[in-house]
Amino acid sequence: MTVAITGLGAATCLGLSYKDLWAGLCGGKCGISRITAFDPESFECQIAGQVPAFSIRDYVPKSIRKTTKLMSRDIEIAIIAANEAFKDSGLKTKAFDEQNITINPKRSAIILGANSISCDLLEIAPSIAKGAVDGKFDIRKWGTDSIETVTPLWLLKYLPNMLACHIGIIHDLQGPSNTITCAEAAGHLAICEAFHIILRGDADVALAGGGESKVNPIVHMRQALLKRATKEHNNNPEQACRPFDADAKGGVFGEAAGCVVLENLEIAKNRNAKIYASVAGIGQSCSINANYEFLEADGKGIQYAIESAIESAKIKPEQIDLIVPHGTGIYAEDVAEAAGIHKALGSIASQIPVFPTKSMVSNTGSAAGAVDVIAACCAINEGVIPAAKNCDNVNKNCKLNIVKEQIKKRINYALCTGYTYGGQTAAIILKNDNG
Amino acid sequence: MDNKNKQRVVITGMGIVCPLGHDIATMWDNILNCRSGMSQTTIFDATTYPTKFCSEVKNFDFAKYTKNPELHQNGNRHSKFAIGAVAGACKQAKIEVESENPNDGVNRRRMGIYLGAGEGPVDSDIFFNAIIKGWDESTSTMDWNKWADFAYSKMQAQMELEQEPNMPAAHISIYTGARGPVRSCLTACAASTQAVGEAFKVLQSGQADVMIAGGAHSMIHPLGIMGFNRLTALSTRNDSPETASRPFTASRDGFVIGEGAAIVILETLESAKKRGVEILAEVIGYGSSSDAFRVTDMHEEARGAVTAIEAALKDANVSYKDIDYISTHGTSTSENDSIETLAIKTVFKEEAKNTPVSSIKSMMGHLIGAAGAAELISCVLAIRDNVLPPTINYNDPDPELDLDYVPNKPRKADINIAMKESFGFGGQNNVVIIKRYEN
Repeated sequence: MTVAITGLGAATCLGLSYKDLWAGLCGGKCGISRITAFDPESFECQIAGQVPAFSIRDYVPKSIRKTTKLMSRDIEIAIIAANEAFKDSGLKTKAFDEQNITINPKRSAIILGANSISCDLLEIAPSIAKGAVDGKFDIRKWGTDSIETVTPLWLLKYLPNMLACHIGIIHDLQGPSNTITCAEAAGHLAICEAFHIILRGDADVALAGGGESKVNPIVHMRQALLKRATKEHNNNPEQACRPFDADAKGGVFGEAAGCVVLENLEIAKNRNAKIYASVAGIGQSCSINANYEFLEADGKGIQYAIESAIESAKIKPEQIDLIVPHGTGIYAEDVAEAAGIHKALGSIASQIPVFPTKSMVSNTGSAAGAVDVIAACCAINEGVIPAAKNCDNVNKNCKLNIVKEQIKKRINYALCTGYTYGGQTAAIILKNDNG
Repeated sequence: MDNKNKQRVVITGMGIVCPLGHDIATMWDNILNCRSGMSQTTIFDATTYPTKFCSEVKNFDFAKYTKNPELHQNGNRHSKFAIGAVAGACKQAKIEVESENPNDGVNRRRMGIYLGAGEGPVDSDIFFNAIIKGWDESTSTMDWNKWADFAYSKMQAQMELEQEPNMPAAHISIYTGARGPVRSCLTACAASTQAVGEAFKVLQSGQADVMIAGGAHSMIHPLGIMGFNRLTALSTRNDSPETASRPFTASRDGFVIGEGAAIVILETLESAKKRGVEILAEVIGYGSSSDAFRVTDMHEEARGAVTAIEAALKDANVSYKDIDYISTHGTSTSENDSIETLAIKTVFKEEAKNTPVSSIKSMMGHLIGAAGAAELISCVLAIRDNVLPPTINYNDPDPELDLDYVPNKPRKADINIAMKESFGFGGQNNVVIIKRYEN
């Protein structure tokens, strides 16, 4: 069986559609800007990729609109991406027309990457403030006076599986449902798992991808403390994230959601669906590093994932026409990822066009892999590789062919790589199935 | 994939760190002697909380399981539990840990990890006090500069990192050298059953030879207990913690939260035979579904639970008549125990009342993300010893719930096939079926 990608959806700092994402990437547009969600003045890194304003009520069917009160930001942006992906696929779910549903709910899966959702501090602050004695938190006072002032369903807003649950309710997806919590590799790994669920026959259709907002004081500060975030470019956000550039100073974090619809290629063709690409193979491994927050220096975890993906796709490295790497813009990680790519692909590695996205869309954690797979699908579908941004002076320790100017050519196979702090790695090979 | 090409998958190791013990033998002895792990909460001061007790892992020292404690000392509670559980499981499966050149017949690139793992407990002291520093009650606004100044002065990078839910898997990969497929999932209370089920599928489809699978979680911290208390999901039987978890009784008033880690080593039959390790049981079926109903409630007709059970039976190619024991989710909440009983009756029809079902949460408490794997281990032991673990505190049956809940004491029975069910908040349903191994 071949598994095809037939629908795309995204909400990123470049807009509320995958079309905005792709147009932005092609136009060299940077969506990174000064943080507006909170006053970032005292933060080391004051910039992020932020999803533009929206009203979630526009994306949730009237009959269940009251559930929007239970939606944290991660859930909201994931719902936007999921809606677009199903619309784009041409499949009719309960959300669009209850009378003419074209999916079998019990055979429809949802596998999303998500992280522990950051608590909305402003929501809980009044309750916590009531638990203070002389300006210090007092747990007994909190227990006595404050707990009961927290909204009863508070916890349900912050369980990572709630992205998949809300989307499952909106579109009536009753098949296998999972939430992959592998941080920056979660989006890739969710797509890998969904691919296998279709292959093994446990579902006909799967929505896969990821969503996360890192535009939250706690997680934003966490990346700065871990020295993963740049502090050099607060006045120059568009230049801040520089994957594989000699002047890379760190990552920029943000928020996004990306979803793809996966289904059996033959069934998709029979319904005349648009086929963006098929999944030719996947690979998974991990990086082992005593410095858990960074990729290991020799990139072995990336190497192994790519090698497994090539083996499962039954192709040769020279058949790959495009690499969409994780490319965080953290100098040491870029070098390590490049090392892994070189070891896995051999001498051809320095010639394959490489297009990193994070200089424009920022590092969106659990969504990052899905955003990159969507970019690769668009590239395959249009025969276009956009020019990379902020990589004017390619890091000579990387020796990669970072795309300087837009390339127009048929792409037969594209490789997407992902890794995360904590070690998990993934590689996905997409195939052009048109013509 | 046709059946011919599917690898058979067996369990060759088990390890646990839970409120009933830090090894399998102790845990099982406590279960067969109907002992409860519950007592006053000591991890934090819960004396003014609606629920003042829980089921804690006590006196656990991770350092005795590792040559390199410095690699794991920043790990959160559940990551340390995971190290202990992996140590036990790997020892039984004859897999070397912390070895540069392992000589155990397992290619590290063919050994993966699948964990149902939670986020690390929040460092609540910093979390709460940063908010208090920044919050201006008179204007109901946050001064983010004050918040940030305090947070920067207190937060430690490594401790922050350890709050990410993928970190227990990170500790296990460094501990075992696993370089195969590594994933971590968090589907609330169903997570580790899902992790075992998906790991089974990874092996069945030939993506790896060995998978370290299970769960690790602790939500016993001020925000976690607050959240569950606000949902009124926890028992408030503060005067009698040991009898608070009373699944399927008329007086059940909520679950008792626990913590821990439970790990099984899953392996292809081919690999287990080649390595000559003891086979504890065979994994034969897995089903996953979603209620797609409400985030707050289970479906009234147990739609999702029934779908998952039926999918697992189909996957295992067995009938409900073949199931000798069901390890229930059995949380002791009003809703779960009713809906779960309905689900079993729906699928098992005339056999429902003849099929023993029990909940070891009555003794262990609810390990949330780690619960399913811990309970799956009890299924393996039930098959090994031909004994049904009991539901304790079953003194006032709910007249609406009329299955055989194996009340109050263990019971001898022939058990060849056992089913583990787990249901999570948001309508996550996962079921795994295991069988006595026969050549």
